[in-house]
Amino acid sequence: MSAILLKGGHLIDPASKFDALADVVLRDGRIEEIAEPGKTKCAVDETLDVTGLIVAPGFIDLHVHLREPGQTHKESIATGTAAAAAGGFTSVCAMPNTRPINDSPAVTRWMQDEERGAVVNVFPIAAATLGSLGVKLSDYRELKKAGAVALSDDGKPILDDHIMREALAMAAKVGLPVIQHAEDTKISGGNPMNEGVTSFKLGLRGQPAASEWQMVERDIRLTSQEGGRLHVAHISTAKSLEMVRLGRASQVDVTTEVTPHHFLFTEENCSNYDTRYKMNPPLRSAADRDAMVAALVDGTIDAVATDHAPHALFEKEVEFDKAAFGITGLEIALAATITVLHHTGKVSLTRVVELLSTNPARIMGLNGRGTLAKAAVADVTIFDPQKLWTYQVDKTRSRSRNCPYDGMHFYGKVRATIVGGRVVFNEL
Amino acid sequence: MKAKLRSLLGIEPLDSQQILEILALAKRMNPARPRITLRGRRIALLFYENSTRTRTSFEIAAKSLGASTVVIHATTASIEKGESLKDTGQTLQSIVDAIVIRHPSSGAPVLLSRLIDIPIINAGDGMHAHPSQALLDAFTILNHKKSLKGLKIVTIGDIFHSRVARSDAHLFSKLGARVVFCGPDVLLPESARELAPGVEIVRDMDDAIRNADVVMMLRVQQERLSGMQINVDEYIRRYQLTASRLKLAKKDAIVMHPGPMIRGMEMTDEVADCKQSVVLEQVLNGVKVRMAILAALFGGKR
Repeated sequence: MSAILLKGGHLIDPASKFDALADVVLRDGRIEEIAEPGKTKCAVDETLDVTGLIVAPGFIDLHVHLREPGQTHKESIATGTAAAAAGGFTSVCAMPNTRPINDSPAVTRWMQDEERGAVVNVFPIAAATLGSLGVKLSDYRELKKAGAVALSDDGKPILDDHIMREALAMAAKVGLPVIQHAEDTKISGGNPMNEGVTSFKLGLRGQPAASEWQMVERDIRLTSQEGGRLHVAHISTAKSLEMVRLGRASQVDVTTEVTPHHFLFTEENCSNYDTRYKMNPPLRSAADRDAMVAALVDGTIDAVATDHAPHALFEKEVEFDKAAFGITGLEIALAATITVLHHTGKVSLTRVVELLSTNPARIMGLNGRGTLAKAAVADVTIFDPQKLWTYQVDKTRSRSRNCPYDGMHFYGKVRATIVGGRVVFNEL
Repeated sequence: MKAKLRSLLGIEPLDSQQILEILALAKRMNPARPRITLRGRRIALLFYENSTRTRTSFEIAAKSLGASTVVIHATTASIEKGESLKDTGQTLQSIVDAIVIRHPSSGAPVLLSRLIDIPIINAGDGMHAHPSQALLDAFTILNHKKSLKGLKIVTIGDIFHSRVARSDAHLFSKLGARVVFCGPDVLLPESARELAPGVEIVRDMDDAIRNADVVMMLRVQQERLSGMQINVDEYIRRYQLTASRLKLAKKDAIVMHPGPMIRGMEMTDEVADCKQSVVLEQVLNGVKVRMAILAALFGGKR
């Protein structure tokens, strides 16, 4: 393998508390040297001039739907990971609601096979229960051996208390986190948007905030009893954040992520029945959105994850109550985070990198990733935090275009993405 | 001055001037005296839900203006074979000049108007809007009252599921009326207060109806309850319009109901048939107002 010198950049690596100008040498898929600018003596094959740019450990998306196997009309592992690379993600954690459901070591291995054509690292999250039916646990030990990094029935919550208990206990034994899509469907009714003034105006049935926070509350209670690690997927209500804070105060091992759309948009974006704003959990109130921003600042939220959920046009260009839930988001996660949090002066770039790389690596236990310390995996994201640009969905690398960010202006642009020492996205 | 209306998707996008113009036009309309305003125009009545009043009155209105109509019922069309609203709309666009649509999904007419380029008239979508009904309700009120300004209009019953209540509230609010909603929590969430300026919630029916100028009764939409529990006996006790309750309203108050009415549930026979009831007048006015809507939208130059 070749060696690359990243020259002139500003290296930010929260894991090793590094925040300074530095040259970085990547060799054989690892970080070989972090040197003072212009001081490296390593011989390299290629030099990338990254002057004025941030050099960060590769971003890790805790929550994507790559739709393969089974739904390649929406996305494939190849197209989804290409979009990930364009968004600066060097690793993505793929949810198991594929067809078939990824509840077996065979599917878990198949997804990681070289033939899938993945551009970035794919870490499968396996189904917590067989068929994600919430009845019987899948084989956590074998799934872990096959490469699964976490367990989840994402899209469907694990409703039954005793199954959730079993899942937490078994996951703790094998050392994997359980990721819960927190939604009490008995309360939410699977309704198409948040319950509130907007849903009343639109004549749409709503999901009350309680359908989420009551589930978060229960899961934290069960985790405190069973041990293990709970990760709350795509948190969306202020009250759920309160539950997480309470849980942490009583030493429960709970982490959480938020999507860009839940810190950017509110339920009012649904006002014209635009199905690009229909996702689950739904966009919430302005107060909830503001609570997400505050929690990203104060540390209650550990990570930004996209919940990238591609759908074909024919699945979205229908009546609001019939449209598929979900939007794509891999290509704007950094830009949204910088625009909302950093450009406004709320957080440092170090915190941005923590949210997109350091913390996701820790949550999933991805050793050697989420850091640019010497000998770490050479997964690197290079970005320009100042760059003002306009997202155009017709240029997306994803197979789908169900994306409300089209035409939006953002600060912060990914310039290059390097996976295992290989440049997979380059706009330098 | 706003641009000429092209579609009627709801009351919200209209201003009071546009509303009053349609109501003034309706006064001059009479189905017994046909016009040729829409001669040669073809109007599709695309009905994804059953309807008696609305479909018939739109059809008579269109024909009274000289248009030809075609009625498409979802259950007897390709729609039942799984055709999307987009494809149905695009198919119709090439053979008709306008679509009147009734659909169980809130927002379906908005979607259709984004997908195709001919005028769309919302004849009721889910729980969202029923603008032609709101216009005919206002027209009916104006047959009995000089103006809506300052009137106390109380709407009682299943407001949550009612597209009529929502469109009425927008319209009455725009014309300066006080809109009072009355009903139990499950059928009238607190968020209803934010629907339009001047909307109030009064839970006790006697309080709500006191000094009202207009009493609008709504049917409990059993078919849309989906799990909500309503105790019928208690509902009748708390929310049925009886002769004695009606006495709390102003002497010249009128009683309205958008239909279909369930006698013995939301009102007694006695009230349904009393002199103050204008329910049948609403139906008659429906044709006039729908003639006015069609004429306002695409009368005149092609």
